[in-house]
Amino acid sequence: MSGQGGQDAKFFTRGKIQEFRAELEAAESKDKKFTKRKTVLKKIVANITMGNDMSPLFTDVVQCLGTPLLEIKKMVYLFLVCYGRQKADQLHLVIPSFLQDCNDRNPLVRALAIRTMSYIPTPIVIESLTDQLRHCLKDRDPYVRKTAAICVAKLYTADPRKAEKGGFVEMLRDLLLDTNATVVANAVAALSEIGDRQDGVIFKLNLTVANKLLTALGESSEWGTIYILDSLLRYVPERHIDAEMMAERVIVQLNHANSAVVLTAIKVLLYLMNYMENRKLMEYICKKMGPPLVTLLSSGPEVQYVALRNILLIIQRRPSVLKNDVKVFFCKYNDPIYVKLAKLEIMYRLAREENAREVLAELQEYASEVDVDFVRKAVRSIGRLAIKVQPAADSCIQALLDLIETKVSYVVQEAVIVIKDVFRRYPGKYEGIIPTLCEHLDLLDEPESKAAVIWIIGQFANRIDNADELMDDLTYTFLEEPTEVQLALLTAAVKLFIYKASSDTTKALVHKVLKWATEEVDNPDLRDRGFMYWRMLAINPTVAGEIVLAEKPAITTDADRMDRGALDQLLLHTGTLGSIYHKNPETFIRNATGKALADSPALNPLSRQVLVPASRPNLPPPAVVVPGPGPSEPTSTGAVSGTLVQTDGESPQNGSEASVANGTNGTNEANGASAHLMSTSASQETPSNEGDDDDGMVSPPASADPYAGLDNAFGGYMADEPRPQNRNLLDMI
Amino acid sequence: MISAFFIFNQKGEVLISRLYRTDLKRSIADVFRIQVVSNSDVRSPIITLGSTSFFHVRINNLYIVAVTKCNANAALVFEFCYRFISIAKSYFGKVDEEAVKNNFVLIYELIDEIIDFGYPQNSETDTLKTYITTESIVSANIAAEESSKITTQATGSTNWRRGDVKYKKNEAFVDVVETVNLSMSAKGTVLRADVDGHILMRAYLSGTPECKFGLNDKLVIDKNERGGGDAVELDDCRFHQCVRLDEFDSTRTISFVPPDGEFELMRYRSTSNVKLPLRVIPTVNEIGTSAVSYAITVKTNFNNKLSATNVVVRIPTPLNTTNVDCKVPIGKAKYVPAENVVVWKIPRIQGGQEVTFQGHASLTSTTNRQVWARPPIDVDFQVLMFTSSGLIVRFLKVFEKSNYHSVKWVRYLTKASGSYQIRPYENRRST
Repeated sequence: MSGQGGQDAKFFTRGKIQEFRAELEAAESKDKKFTKRKTVLKKIVANITMGNDMSPLFTDVVQCLGTPLLEIKKMVYLFLVCYGRQKADQLHLVIPSFLQDCNDRNPLVRALAIRTMSYIPTPIVIESLTDQLRHCLKDRDPYVRKTAAICVAKLYTADPRKAEKGGFVEMLRDLLLDTNATVVANAVAALSEIGDRQDGVIFKLNLTVANKLLTALGESSEWGTIYILDSLLRYVPERHIDAEMMAERVIVQLNHANSAVVLTAIKVLLYLMNYMENRKLMEYICKKMGPPLVTLLSSGPEVQYVALRNILLIIQRRPSVLKNDVKVFFCKYNDPIYVKLAKLEIMYRLAREENAREVLAELQEYASEVDVDFVRKAVRSIGRLAIKVQPAADSCIQALLDLIETKVSYVVQEAVIVIKDVFRRYPGKYEGIIPTLCEHLDLLDEPESKAAVIWIIGQFANRIDNADELMDDLTYTFLEEPTEVQLALLTAAVKLFIYKASSDTTKALVHKVLKWATEEVDNPDLRDRGFMYWRMLAINPTVAGEIVLAEKPAITTDADRMDRGALDQLLLHTGTLGSIYHKNPETFIRNATGKALADSPALNPLSRQVLVPASRPNLPPPAVVVPGPGPSEPTSTGAVSGTLVQTDGESPQNGSEASVANGTNGTNEANGASAHLMSTSASQETPSNEGDDDDGMVSPPASADPYAGLDNAFGGYMADEPRPQNRNLLDMI
Repeated sequence: MISAFFIFNQKGEVLISRLYRTDLKRSIADVFRIQVVSNSDVRSPIITLGSTSFFHVRINNLYIVAVTKCNANAALVFEFCYRFISIAKSYFGKVDEEAVKNNFVLIYELIDEIIDFGYPQNSETDTLKTYITTESIVSANIAAEESSKITTQATGSTNWRRGDVKYKKNEAFVDVVETVNLSMSAKGTVLRADVDGHILMRAYLSGTPECKFGLNDKLVIDKNERGGGDAVELDDCRFHQCVRLDEFDSTRTISFVPPDGEFELMRYRSTSNVKLPLRVIPTVNEIGTSAVSYAITVKTNFNNKLSATNVVVRIPTPLNTTNVDCKVPIGKAKYVPAENVVVWKIPRIQGGQEVTFQGHASLTSTTNRQVWARPPIDVDFQVLMFTSSGLIVRFLKVFEKSNYHSVKWVRYLTKASGSYQIRPYENRRST
């Protein structure tokens, strides 16, 4: 059978309805082996595939149902699935044939009939299906029963109330106890589908049923295993021991060859761990999860990608998983770009003092590749590494300086952006490299990098001999610059003036900039900030200096980690689209249902404390969001009223104390730096990133949006972050 | 779950189109064509527009596409695409535009069977072939009993095997195939080295044989608990669904009823004590801006009874190379301008042997500095009867109620393809 194929390619040519009709008529005579009919039907199916409307042939094609050839029957059924709903008025012609097949002796034919009927959800077909389906759900053949189970889900989609009134949901429930594992798995899949509908019945599992399903796991097909594992999230353990025993039975699935089984098993384990008490077992589970996750990286690149995006979430919630395995995430030269970008984020997260040297060497390697996004992210990661791992800072800075020497524009820009943060992280340590940065001013043509270097010049104007010259050059194009750069220029000009108040050039410069900002520019933020500076300088320049050049809070990378409650919730979607975009599905898929950890006596108290309830928001109608000029909205409560501080660097982990501190200090900073503060957040104390969250302190989410901190790992630089597109392009077609 | 399944050719023409749910129209295919097929810079295998997500896998000149409107299990969708490809391979040998067009009716039959309402169903090739065939079946002629056998198998606990298999001579072939991945720095430091092992089995055994399989492995769960002996440390292993996972978990025995014919019994990964079959020592010198000289030595690292075959060394050259003068002691070396590499092909290198490529690349002077990523040197090869991990098959026992005698064969192969890489430069970007 294998190795030899059909010869049907010739049928892929456009045909006319009339010709096909004539051919079908001709085939009614002298067609002993039905080869003629088969040929015409193949032509028709090929034309359907090509997108040609074959529906006018409905009555002609239906005639062929009398042919006793299974192949012909399947082609006619395919035709019916395609055009049945359009030709609802003529469907009565095929009902008798369907009914006959539903009672065929051959179980394959019975199943085929109900499967096909349920694909044509019109009243007349559904009417005749319901009776048949009731029988088929109790058919003695498991193949028919497993097909019937899915038919119930289809029926429910077409007509929920009819399915409920007909008692089909109860019949599905009964199938959960079927003797055949495949039937059980499909019943689970159908019930889950119904349970996920916003208008569906609630599908929950109790311990007895959950255990029964676990028994079926051993005999299920790989897909069935996935449906069953997935449904275990509908079981809420009431006692620690229940969660622990269930996990022990799920753990064996980690050795399954199918990566979807592995990821779904991991999802169940992560879920159950929220309800456990036995720390030893939890450690054991974490240890067991690592190797299978790494093995997923030898699957195809698509599965690798899914795995990597999930690993990024998992290691934030369970830092002990994979903590010694940073090497496996090193990029191969020929990895697809999406795999490389995902690996880079994981490398950064797993970087610690012990492996920083190796990680840095890799990042340097990547910084010389050709893909611009990848290179930029690599460069930025070097700077982030300097901020995260203090002992590695020296070598990271040297690496950045080497990169600047390449004079490749986007490399230099990225380097400048991160170096600005490095200055804030290690005040008084690396300012010696400022002259090198200033030599490359002409390479900077993007707002973010320009704003960064301007901030550096303003902040350290006292150490830069020709700061006034540089500023004079930079302000030359003030009126054409984007707001981000204008804001930076304004603050830098004020700082320069405060440092060198006696100089006439700086006086003239600040006057010029303030005048522009308040008189020539339409942007209200810029104007208001201009007025504010102007008045401060007019009333008391000394105090203004103290305010503008006040000591800034140090930068840390703690905010990179996502809020625990949000993580707990997102991990309920492990392996799914939501876990790839790091977004709850209800936020980007219409009619998707949110999930939340259910409370129970067994739930870990810390998990309960940060629990994010499920929401069922209806997605607003799709709208095109155009990021306009001007500052973005504050995202957290950190902004104390009355300040102009942009708090986009805030993360909910800071807790209220840190936020307020940042807010007030930020006011002193008078917006210069915070306007381009990026992801790094200010925080007074440095909580350890190591160790499981279950041990540590958890601060309650301070912000309305627990995901605010999520995108922070690589700052505002999100060009390569995978995300669903909020446009409805589908309407264009 | 999956709402629609499509196959596109390179031009974006639809070769197969099947909608499983009414939440999509066929015109969704046009969106994919515009967004992916005609887009030269696709940077993700998943694209989500509004609530609709497109998952695609490329094979030869085709796009295998699944479309969903829900928060689909992405791993499942891709695994399904891979499975479709392997079923198609098994049915018609290759998966390309021609094969799909030639078998489109059969493909429609298959995808009606292996997905129902977007939920993947039994997709074991062996079982599928019992009732979805290329031959015409007259429905009236299939005995109901015969069908019941099929349906029982398709839904049964060993749905990968028919019960009535008979062979005159009972044989089982085991192939241990290891792909060794290497990334080595210019200084010769191993940045990473790991082995992806596959144990492939061809079982031609009658009846319902019960197999037990043993390796010299020692599965490492806790890396701190290292032990001695000749046991090989496997970081992880994954099994075909026929292997009883609970038994493996409790007693570490690999026991199973194999599918009939060829299948992948097990996959494993090893990162400790990886033996590198070939050692590559590159010396690359840039002579001003006009030339580069190369001396690339390849050394075998196994005993002289074995040999590496089909060795292909790919040595990257700068983008402005005009010509490369190559000298090799064995094999053939040729500059391929289209790919900016010198390809050095060596049919066979004996164990203990050492060979060196000498090359001199002449460069044109260019004014526009194109970015050259200085890619690594890449080596492909095969070594028979050698495992990089040191894995050995200890035993394969077959028990069947008729107690027949069976013959077992084991073969080992270590290979590299596309990811055995040595970086020739210490610092890649020229300053």
